[in-house]
Amino acid sequence: MKKPLSANRIEEKLEELLGAVLTSRRTASEPALKLSLLDRSSQEFALHWAGVISKSNSEMGFQFVSHVSQALKLMDSDGVTQWIIEAMDIYDRQGLYPGSASFREAKRFADRLSQKRHSVSFGDVVGILNKYVKGVSGRELEIRADNKAWTDTETLFLPELVNQFDSERLNFQLYKATGAFLLAQTLFGTFRVDVHTGIPVVCTAITKFQDQARALRLFEAVEEIRLLNRMKGELPGLVRQMNELKFLSETLPEFNGIDSLLEQVKKPDSDVLDSLAVTQQLYKQKLTLSDPVCYQGMIDLERVRQVAKQRVEIEKEKFRTDLAMLAEGIISEFETEDGQVEDQVNRVSITTQPDSDETGEWEMTLTIDGQPIVPPDNVVQTAKSIVQDFGEIPEDYLVPAGDGQYRQDSQVEEDRNEKANSGAEKTYFYDEWDYRRRHYRKNWCVLRELEMHPSSESVVEAILEKYSHLVRDIRRSFEALRGDDRMLRRQKNGDDIDIDAVVESYVDVFEGNELTDRLFIKSRKLERDLAVIFMVDVSGSTKGWINDAERESLVLLSEALQTLGDRYAIYGFSGMTRKRCELYRIKTFEESYDSKVKSRIAGIRPQDYTRMGVTIRHLTDKLLNVDAKTRVLITISDGKPDDYDGYRGEYGIEDTRQALMEAKHAGIHPFCITIDSQAHDYLPHMYGHVNYTMVDDVRKLPLKISDIYRKLTT
Amino acid sequence: MYRIESEDYSIKDEPFYAPQGSEVHLFESAHQNLIPVLLKGPTGCGKTRFMEYMAWKLHLPLVTVSCHDDLTASDLVGRYLIVGGETRWVDGPLARAVRVGGICYLDEIVEARKDTTVVIHPLADDRRVLPIEKTGELLHAAPAFNLTISYNPGYQSVLKDLKQSTRQRFLSLEFDYPEKELEQSIIVHESGIDQDSAGSLVRFARMTRNLKGSGLEEGASTRLLVHAAKLIVFGIDPLEACNASITQTLTDDPEILTAIQEMASSLF
Repeated sequence: MKKPLSANRIEEKLEELLGAVLTSRRTASEPALKLSLLDRSSQEFALHWAGVISKSNSEMGFQFVSHVSQALKLMDSDGVTQWIIEAMDIYDRQGLYPGSASFREAKRFADRLSQKRHSVSFGDVVGILNKYVKGVSGRELEIRADNKAWTDTETLFLPELVNQFDSERLNFQLYKATGAFLLAQTLFGTFRVDVHTGIPVVCTAITKFQDQARALRLFEAVEEIRLLNRMKGELPGLVRQMNELKFLSETLPEFNGIDSLLEQVKKPDSDVLDSLAVTQQLYKQKLTLSDPVCYQGMIDLERVRQVAKQRVEIEKEKFRTDLAMLAEGIISEFETEDGQVEDQVNRVSITTQPDSDETGEWEMTLTIDGQPIVPPDNVVQTAKSIVQDFGEIPEDYLVPAGDGQYRQDSQVEEDRNEKANSGAEKTYFYDEWDYRRRHYRKNWCVLRELEMHPSSESVVEAILEKYSHLVRDIRRSFEALRGDDRMLRRQKNGDDIDIDAVVESYVDVFEGNELTDRLFIKSRKLERDLAVIFMVDVSGSTKGWINDAERESLVLLSEALQTLGDRYAIYGFSGMTRKRCELYRIKTFEESYDSKVKSRIAGIRPQDYTRMGVTIRHLTDKLLNVDAKTRVLITISDGKPDDYDGYRGEYGIEDTRQALMEAKHAGIHPFCITIDSQAHDYLPHMYGHVNYTMVDDVRKLPLKISDIYRKLTT
Repeated sequence: MYRIESEDYSIKDEPFYAPQGSEVHLFESAHQNLIPVLLKGPTGCGKTRFMEYMAWKLHLPLVTVSCHDDLTASDLVGRYLIVGGETRWVDGPLARAVRVGGICYLDEIVEARKDTTVVIHPLADDRRVLPIEKTGELLHAAPAFNLTISYNPGYQSVLKDLKQSTRQRFLSLEFDYPEKELEQSIIVHESGIDQDSAGSLVRFARMTRNLKGSGLEEGASTRLLVHAAKLIVFGIDPLEACNASITQTLTDDPEILTAIQEMASSLF
């Protein structure tokens, strides 16, 4: 084992790394002294990371070396690495101050880490629970993280982390039970709304008690019993698990000697009013309760009231508007039959039958002016939601909205549309690989999709003119590749007899040889099931010759692909810094090669820098959305990845390589066509030895590109 | 030479079929009136069983062809084979059914190659003929002949949609998973499982069907439920049976797998 470094030696190294933030008062001697007490491998670990971190920010580096000794005592090196990555993530997202604070809190991180061993975090379960809730209830309920578990009847809020048990399995079960319990609250009407006031019954009832907190606690406990009983018939397995959790967490509610009272909420059709009645009784008995059950979360009456009120109003409007539209259809039918306009007020009646056996299942019959109507899906959805609030559809909902209200509603609709449209220029976030940290920087790059500014189409015509010979050649050679029928001769079975084979087989038989069984012709269609995206570098360095060559190449390629019938898309990419990565649409998969596309090709102009990783990630997603057997991503580039904010050299190359590996894992074939004569130095590392080609003279690019494509895809 | 034993294709014992609506009567009427039939519906909801039942009920031989992407027109119509130094024509399944007057059921028709539709078009309108190009024969369908095709509108890609010119020759019967009670009784009948467990299985299936479109291509079919029920009757733990015969069959995605497993464990 090597000897540990001395404090002086360490201080020298630190000064080298952190020089920028050191002063005569703030020296590296104290951190160095602490580090000198560690063994050599820990010292090297710390110095390595000090180097990495100070490249991002020297102050962060200083904070790191000041606390790393403590961190190394508290955690193993994996833990320390996690601590570093988290602090750097915070620095990336929130800046220097929170970042360095996070380094200072090594102790807290270590505590959290030791808890974390068995804990389950929201991120681990949200995907599963989303599916679970949708499957069990058939409804789309949002699930979000909060510091406590509760629901406002539209969103289920779950804690960020569950670590109550010493086992991951139980912690997950608790997450699920909590979600399921909140779901049961919304399904079985805990927050049923009063028909007259539009306020949940429970909100009004609880405010009538003197000690509201105690009343609410009693209500929660009673309601827990009621909901579990409602769930038992449907989901016996879940209720069993919930009871187990109650037992293990020692949060069994204590109800002594009041079993007869609770019978009221154990009926299969008990509702929130029963629970409130029982609560009243218990309240009188001066009963106080122990802690709530582990999965039950809490009820936030105020929030429930607000959300319910809002929703009730919106849904009433929506329901009445929908009815009005349905009724309109009926009136016009009347007019044609009777020749006169009937009374404008339609008599609407509705009956809903809750299916006691199945959650979220409803039978609904709707009649307008005595005619039974099959309600459209949107009406049924709204009605379902209303019934969940009220237990029925209230009288005044059944008056179709008049003109005024209808207009008001369509205003709202317009606002909503506008919001959606402002997202026309959609923004995407992508992680970026930091090779020094060996981790992703979360949501690091912001990518926008823009349209390539069109220019005169005549440019394309001129190009076609210039290369008219070549275009003819390309068409001919690509026609031969088209997925036409091909006859396979001498097959064991097929559509027709291969006469040649039969004749030969006779010869064989006469000569005493074995008779072959390959006597048939099979026709086989060779389908080219291929989708390709061309990712064209339009960074500033492509100015001049390269830009012209790119434009010409794209025109010729499009001709070839048009002949071939492959699906293809073309995007240009550029940008400046991670916050402004830009992708220029030239041709999408859906568009055909028309004058719009041509004028966009003509409009290709050099822009800013080359940030490749984010573009590859974005286009990978795009390719994965296309249904094709083979997916190809071809980059046309003039050099290394390069951007303004440090995205150059190894960092850029490593991120690009990582993005390409992600693409490969997703089943995409990346390929690069470059005109950089230095490409041999880095392209094999990024794309692999066979997945790139270099065109030494930019002027030859248009001549060669179709050939390259043909070789690549046959 | 092209004698076929229609006996081989006839169905002797009554298959169990629980009607969902008026489909039995509609099919009989279509058959009487020489109208071909299109069965629409998700996989495993009883289309094939329905065909077996109808064939039994109408005393007709049933020729079923499961279409796949390499199925060509000659696979349906027939081809020459070489037997003892001579060529001999052998009827394909469609031609057999046309000759003897049976039901030809082309399962998942959109999977077949495009050229097969050319063959079925003249059979599916009032001409009711099958031209056999290679022998020069024009085969007139026997009066009892019926052509039925099936397709699943749920999951096929746009590339594999059924063309209007094809669909507009058929009477369409829509199938879906049966209503709760009916599905439950079907499972009980097919597997001999108790009513309660069958009820839980049906609830489980409906939960997975809720996930259609948000992670699952298709929910659990009645067929899968019957599989699971049979395993349970055989003595396998219900959770294990559901996992093996339903959950793992539906998806490979770990997240959805977990969610569905949790649903099952909530039910049993």
